[in-house]
Amino acid sequence: MSKPNFVYVTYIKTTQDKLWAALTDKATMKKYWFGAYAETDWKPGSPWALKFDDGRIADSGKILECDPPKRLVIRWINEWKPEIKAEGYSRCTMTIEPYQGAMKLTIQHELEGEGTQFIEAVSGGWPRILSNLKSLLETGSVAYETKA
Amino acid sequence: MIDIAKFKPKTVYVSYIAATPEKVWQALIDPAFSKQYFFGLAVEIEPKKGGRFRLLWPDGRVHIKGEVVEWQPPRRLCVSWDIEGMNDFAELPTCLVTYDIEVSGEAVKLKMTESHSWNIPPAILLGGEEGWPKILGGLKTLIETGKAMVPDLKSGPPPGMVEAVKKAVAEKPWLKG
Repeated sequence: MSKPNFVYVTYIKTTQDKLWAALTDKATMKKYWFGAYAETDWKPGSPWALKFDDGRIADSGKILECDPPKRLVIRWINEWKPEIKAEGYSRCTMTIEPYQGAMKLTIQHELEGEGTQFIEAVSGGWPRILSNLKSLLETGSVAYETKA
Repeated sequence: MIDIAKFKPKTVYVSYIAATPEKVWQALIDPAFSKQYFFGLAVEIEPKKGGRFRLLWPDGRVHIKGEVVEWQPPRRLCVSWDIEGMNDFAELPTCLVTYDIEVSGEAVKLKMTESHSWNIPPAILLGGEEGWPKILGGLKTLIETGKAMVPDLKSGPPPGMVEAVKKAVAEKPWLKG
């Protein structure tokens, strides 16, 4: 428990399959992830990258676990800012569990080494992305399209 | 009077809502809204600093009582919380719940901060850590869709919390400064 760590839980009125699809489908990701999407075949051991249409890469890494529609684990390093990349790899675990007619989505993001900037960055990013995802699945539109 | 300086933020939950600050503010202070996202609890609030604040069960029993510590519509609301009933829980020290509302792009950022005046054990904090995502997720759904996320959402203390509260109330670490 001593590793730098961020956990965010969100409850979404949807099905487990729809939520899984939203977490792994490029076109859907682009809508709630401010234009970014994952490039990967989702097989354990395969490379993974979070990209934009213009070719810029935000993050990279590989798939550690993929158990649809319940659990996804990605080894993840920032490619955007050198000072954050310098903090090294993190591990992002996403789990989906049914909860009283809704879905509980838990994102846990843990840094493998030491540092503060990576966790600070994801602490700001995840609530925006996941709020957008919840809006998209519940209403058909995102809360906002551009990063404020 | 509550000495705010003694309280430290322990749990923070941020969400972004497609709404105006006024609409989010209304959802925080209006029982017609709170009953649909806050485990059926009706909020009762005197709209001024120092005013009375309560959360009531559908049968009228008081669950939380406190006072309005800050009243700045539609930007910032801070209320004190004292639990009523629930045996040992009622003996826990007062905590503060603060809501900050700000415009963020086309949406509104709602930040909830739960603050405590003592070195509260993780097993007790877990109650809020597990509860707030349900409550504030329900608030967002209600505002954006007009419907409750899960009508009649149930919740109880997470495993280990009741025991941790019992132990804390027996030892009263908050009296030791």
